Amino acid sequence: MMNLITLVWSYLKAKPLNTFLNVLLLGLGIAVITVLLVFNQQFQEKIKDNVRGIDLVVGAKGSPLQLILCSIFHVDFPTGNIKLNEAEQLAKNRLVKSVIPLALGDSYQGYRIVGTNRAYTDLYEADLQEGKWWEKDMEVVAGANVAAFARVKVGDKLVSQHGLGAEGHAHEDQQMICTGVLRKTNSVIDNLLFTNVGTVWAVHEEHEEDEHEHDEQPVQNPSPIVPTVNAGDSVKEITSLLVEFRNPMAAIQLPRYINAQTNMQAASPAFETARLFSILGVGADVLMGFAYVLIFISALSIFLALYNSLKERQYDLAIMRSMGASRSRLFITMLAEGIAMTLMGSVLGLAMGHGVLVLFTWWVKEGSQTGFSAYVFYTSELWILAGSLLLGIVCSLVPAIQAYRTDIHKVLAG
Amino acid sequence: MVEIKSVEYAYPGAKAIRFADFKLAGGEHCLLLGESGSGKTTLLHLLGGLLRSQQGAIRIHDTDITQLSESALDHFRGKHLGFVFQRNHLLQALSVRQNLLMAPFLAELPQSEERVNEVLDRLGLLNRKSARVRELSQGQAQRVAIARAVINKPDVIFADEPTSALDDKNCERVSDLLLSVASEQRATLVVATHDQRLKAKITRQMVLPA
Ligand SMILES: Nc1ncnc2c1ncn2[C@@H]1O[C@H](COP(=O)(O)OP(=O)(O)O)[C@@H](O)[C@H]1O
Ligand SMILES: [Mg+2]
Repeated sequence: MMNLITLVWSYLKAKPLNTFLNVLLLGLGIAVITVLLVFNQQFQEKIKDNVRGIDLVVGAKGSPLQLILCSIFHVDFPTGNIKLNEAEQLAKNRLVKSVIPLALGDSYQGYRIVGTNRAYTDLYEADLQEGKWWEKDMEVVAGANVAAFARVKVGDKLVSQHGLGAEGHAHEDQQMICTGVLRKTNSVIDNLLFTNVGTVWAVHEEHEEDEHEHDEQPVQNPSPIVPTVNAGDSVKEITSLLVEFRNPMAAIQLPRYINAQTNMQAASPAFETARLFSILGVGADVLMGFAYVLIFISALSIFLALYNSLKERQYDLAIMRSMGASRSRLFITMLAEGIAMTLMGSVLGLAMGHGVLVLFTWWVKEGSQTGFSAYVFYTSELWILAGSLLLGIVCSLVPAIQAYRTDIHKVLAG
Repeated sequence: MVEIKSVEYAYPGAKAIRFADFKLAGGEHCLLLGESGSGKTTLLHLLGGLLRSQQGAIRIHDTDITQLSESALDHFRGKHLGFVFQRNHLLQALSVRQNLLMAPFLAELPQSEERVNEVLDRLGLLNRKSARVRELSQGQAQRVAIARAVINKPDVIFADEPTSALDDKNCERVSDLLLSVASEQRATLVVATHDQRLKAKITRQMVLPA
């Protein structure tokens, strides 16, 4: 059966190398754009997803970006510690609605152990896959990836290491027990183990202050942050405090107050992630520019291929007219050829782009652990297809007009 | 039926060529003779609606094609006319079969594989059905062109120098096939040529003055 598609395809196939190069060139440009697009989208989504209801992170003075990376994304080291009693003071501030403590510093097989409370896991709507939530000190709950990759099961006895690396000093004599495993959330908590702040203290007190006497006095005036100790403890420290504002005023006043009046620093996740985007954005812009150059060259090349073929094609065009094809049919056929090339290019590009992302998630452990998916398609990719359609029209418009104008008498009489 | 009345055509900046009136009955064969430059191609293209803006009337099969709009003429051409040219007239990118199917496709008629086989068989080309155009000899290419011209069962077939590029043997074969296929389909046939070898084959002849 002959139809527009077989006709166009036959012409493209008649010049395989030409067609292949044009499609490949365009495909490469579009692949780069696709990778950037999907990366960017998922990166932004992930970041938004992980920031959740956290308005402010309060920690030791240092780099604010580091504090955010450490306390929200769990990819950097803490800037230091803050005193529990100072954190309690802050929690009482009228601008603060709620706080969640984080005590960091230990890890299990490279997965960070977070001393906190259930408010933190609630923030991410974490659910138990099996087992039960941690309650007492030395009980831990493992995130889904920790369970999967470090093979942690309910009932396992775990020995933590100091720091994040697998080679850190092991706290051999302090065994924790895994009481539960979380369902996968595709957020940062999949890569964490959760326990009480007290667990982190216990492990570290043993390690750092061997002479510390364990006075098992009952808690009379529980701390609002860590209820297992008395409020106003001037020795105990935590890494950071995640703060939820009571009102919009807090966004202006609270950071200023903390940074100026206390030994702590306040960092805004929204502000710091925006800063991070703008840093990464420069690299992305360079790549994007490169992609546009590729696309421009391929468009030029498609145009030239069609335009140059017109001379040898004029007999074909005239013959088609003699067989009853109208001028507009020749016009459409020529356009279709350009569009076919750009569409193939963009489909190839989208496929290559996602292919690269699939390889990325396979090879890079972090890829799969961050819940990054290569199989997600965005509406912007439909725009790429639509754009390539338009590009095809632009590339083939002039040749198509020439085809439309073919003087059949002159060609056939020649 | 093909008829012209007081047809004149003037190329830009040149003296008008005046064509004598004539009338061919349906199924009649006619040879258009004349020296090179006498206007054979011009007349043939006027008859086939490939060239327009002439003076006079051209009636084909009860239609005055000079009165048709451009797209109606394209349509008419596809449905009622078949063309055979001297050379350069098969679509290079397509196979023999696809070249034949282009005729019904462009004329918006049903495409039939049986009809392709039938026509190819008639022209002794069945074994070349899936061949590429560039693999064909001159004689074969010309026979494919005839096959394509007749596949839609046109009322009139116009052939412009169909044998001029062929050696005696191929000329004989191609012209015989053209004439016999046209007769079988009761198509009117107009052959424009300066090829003296065809003179003996078609009795009705018109000579254009140089
Ligand atoms: N496109 C054209 N422009 C101007 N003159 C033309 C054109 N085509 C043909 N002619 C002239 O018209 C005359 C008839 O040409 P043509 O019909 O091709 O004759 P033939 O087919 O008998 O050789 C010739 O004198 C030729 O020079
Ligand atoms: Mg001629």
